Amino acid sequence: MSMEELFEPMKEPMIMGAAVSIVVGAITIVAGLTYFKKWGYFYKNWLTTVDHKKIGVMYIIVALVMLFRGGIDALLMRAQTAVPENNLLNAQHYNEIFTTHGLVMILFMAMPFIIGLMNVVVPLQIGARDVAFPRLNALSFWLFAAGAGLLNVSFIIGGSPDAGWTAYFPLAGIEFSPNVGNNYYAWALQLSGLGTLMTGINFITTIMKMRAPGLKLMKMPMFTWSALITNVIITFAFPVLTVALALMTLDRQFGTKFFAMSDGGMDMLWANLFWVWGHPEVYIVILPAFGIFSEVISTFSRKNLFGYKSMVMSMIVISLLSFMVWAHHFYTMGHGVMVNSIFSVSTMLIAVPTGVKIFNWLLTMRHGKIQFTTPMLYALAFIPIFTIGGVTGVMLAMASADYQYHNTMFLVAHFHYVLIPGTVFGVLAGYHFWWPKIFGFRLNEKLGKAAFWCIAIGFNVAFFPLFILGLDGYARRMFTYSASTGYGTLNMISFLGALGMAVGFALICYNIYYSFRHSPRDENGDPWDARSLEWATHSPVPEYNFAVVPEVNQLDEYWYAKKEGRDITAGEYERIHMPNNSGAPMWMAGVLFLFSFFFVFSVWTAVIVFGIATLGFMAFRSFEKDHGHYIEVAEIEATERQLRGDK
Amino acid sequence: MMKELFPKEHVVGFVGSLILTLAALSVITFDMSKGIAMTILSVTALAQAVVQLVLFMHIGETEDKKTLYTSVIYAVVVGLVTVFGSLLTMIWGY
Repeated sequence: MSMEELFEPMKEPMIMGAAVSIVVGAITIVAGLTYFKKWGYFYKNWLTTVDHKKIGVMYIIVALVMLFRGGIDALLMRAQTAVPENNLLNAQHYNEIFTTHGLVMILFMAMPFIIGLMNVVVPLQIGARDVAFPRLNALSFWLFAAGAGLLNVSFIIGGSPDAGWTAYFPLAGIEFSPNVGNNYYAWALQLSGLGTLMTGINFITTIMKMRAPGLKLMKMPMFTWSALITNVIITFAFPVLTVALALMTLDRQFGTKFFAMSDGGMDMLWANLFWVWGHPEVYIVILPAFGIFSEVISTFSRKNLFGYKSMVMSMIVISLLSFMVWAHHFYTMGHGVMVNSIFSVSTMLIAVPTGVKIFNWLLTMRHGKIQFTTPMLYALAFIPIFTIGGVTGVMLAMASADYQYHNTMFLVAHFHYVLIPGTVFGVLAGYHFWWPKIFGFRLNEKLGKAAFWCIAIGFNVAFFPLFILGLDGYARRMFTYSASTGYGTLNMISFLGALGMAVGFALICYNIYYSFRHSPRDENGDPWDARSLEWATHSPVPEYNFAVVPEVNQLDEYWYAKKEGRDITAGEYERIHMPNNSGAPMWMAGVLFLFSFFFVFSVWTAVIVFGIATLGFMAFRSFEKDHGHYIEVAEIEATERQLRGDK
Repeated sequence: MMKELFPKEHVVGFVGSLILTLAALSVITFDMSKGIAMTILSVTALAQAVVQLVLFMHIGETEDKKTLYTSVIYAVVVGLVTVFGSLLTMIWGY
C-alpha cells in the first residue's frame, strides 16, 4: 500500500478536520502537562495506577470522549438524512459513519462506562480494598484503551470499517471489502474484547471472594448483584467473539474460507457466531444499568428495594435466556419454521423476568417518599420509555411479523428505545449518583436536570418518528432517499430531536466545569443519605477504601446503622496491605496496539517483533517479585484525620 | 527448594496442550475418513479442556464444591446450547 493510499481518507475535508482536531487536542494535553510540570504526577498517579477507583475514572473519561465521537457520528447521520437527496455525506462516508457509530457506542462507550462504574463502586459496596487482581485490572483498561485507539486511528490511516457494526459476511470479506477497514474492526474488537474478558474473571473473583465479613451473597446491594451476573455473561460470551474475530482475521488476511460462500465455507456462520456473542452483549450493557436503577430508586424513594429475591432470580434467568435467543437477529436468513419458532418463544420469554423487574421498581416507589434528584429523574424516565422499547421488542420477536420489520428503521427505533433509556440513562444516573463519592462534591442539580430534560425530550423526538418511518418501509443504512417517498418531514423532526440531545450532552460537560468551580464540598461522604456500604467511607475515597473493614449483617446495613446511630466503620486500625503500581500494563497494551496496527497492514516483520515483545512482558511478569506494600497505622491515622477535616 | 519453585504443572500443561494441538492438526495433514477425523477432534478437544481446567485453572483444589458444580453446570449448559443451537440454526433447521 502506498503512502498516498494510506492517507486516502484524509482527502475528505471533514475527516481532515477531525484529524486536525485530534492532533491539536493531543498537543494541548502534552503542552499542558509539560507546562505545569505534571508528567511525573500523571505517570505515577494515573498511568501506572492499579487502584480500582482511578481505573474506573479513566474508563469513564474514555467513555465520555467516545460518547462524543459516536454522538458526532449520529448527528452527521441525522443531518445527512434530514432532507431528501442531501449531499452532506457521500455513500461511502455514510457507511463508515453508521459502522463506527455502532461500534463506538456499544463497545467503546457503553461497555467502558459500565465497567468504569463497576470498578469504582463494586469493591466499595462489598467492603473490599481493591479488586482481586489489581494488576490485571489495569491491563484490562489499557487493552480496552488500545482497542479504542485503534478504531479511532482507522478513519485517518487506511480507512474505517464500513460493513456495519455487525460486519456480516460476505460483505465484510476480503472480496467485497478489500480495504483495511475490516482488519481494523477485527483487531480493535479483539484487543478490547480480551480486556473485557479479563475484567469478567476479575470481578467474579472479587465478588465471590472478597466480600466484607458477614456479607452473604443474598445481602449484597443490587448493583453488585447485577455486576456479578454481568461478569458471568461476559466470561461466557466473549470467548465466542474472540474466536469469531480470529476466524475473520484468518479469512481476510490468510485466505481461509470459514465464512466464504465457496469451498465449504458458510457466510452466515459469521452472523451466527457474532450474535451468539452479540445477544448476551446486549444484556451485558443493560443488566448493570438495571442494578444502578435499583440503587437509585431505592435510595430516593427512601425504601428498601421491593422483591429483592425476585430481582436476583430474574437476573439469573435473564443471564441464561440471553444465551438462547441469538437467532432472532436473523429470522429472515432463510432457516425453517421450526428454528424461527423456537427462537421466537425464547425471545418472548425474556419479557417475563424483565417485566418482574419493572413491577419491582414501581412497587419500590409505591408509598415511597420520592425525591426528584437528577439520578432519580433518569430512573423515572427509564421505566416508561424502556417499556416502549420492550414492547416493540416483543413485536419484533414474532418471526413472521419480523419479515416486515427486518432492517427497517422500526428496528433501529426499537433498539435505541431499549439502549438509550436502559444503558445511557442508567450510566448517566450512576454517573450523577456516584460522582460525589469519587470527587467529593455534587454535580449541580439545576444543570443536571436541564440536561436530563434536553436528553429525554430530544430522545423521544429523535427516535419516535423512526418507528413510523420504519413501518412506512424506510430501510436502515440508506444514505439518502428521494423527495417523492415522503420521508422528509419525519426525518427532519428526528434531526431536531438529535440536536436537542446534543444540547443535553453539552450541558453535562459544562456541568463538570461549573460544579468544579461552584459546588460546595461534601463533608460526611453521604450526600444523598443513601443505603449501601460505599457511602460509609469518606469522599473522595482514600486509597485503602475503608480504614476498618465494616461487618455487615443485613441488606442496607449502613442505612440501618445510621438509623440506630451505630458507626460501622469504627474500630482499631491495623496496617493495610496494598498492591504496588506498575507501568507494565500500559506499556504492554502499547506494544499490543503496535502489534495489531501492523497486523492490520500485514507488515509481518513488525508483527513478529511486537509479538515477541508481548511474550517478553508476560515472561517478565512470571518472574517478577512483587509483594505489594503496607500502609502503616500512623499514615492511616493521618489520612483519616485529614479526610474528617480535623485539625 | 528448586523443586518447589519449578512450576511443574504449568510446564506439563503447556507441553501437553501443544501435543494435543498437533494431534488435532493431523486431521488436515493426513488423509483420513470423516469419521476418524471427527473422533480425533472430539477426543483431543475434550482432553484439551481437561488439561486447561486441571493444570492451569486448578479445578478441584477448592473447598467450595457448591460454587464449583454450579459453575461447571452453567458452563456445560451454555456450551451445549451454543454448539447444538448453532447446528440447529445453521444445518438441521436450515
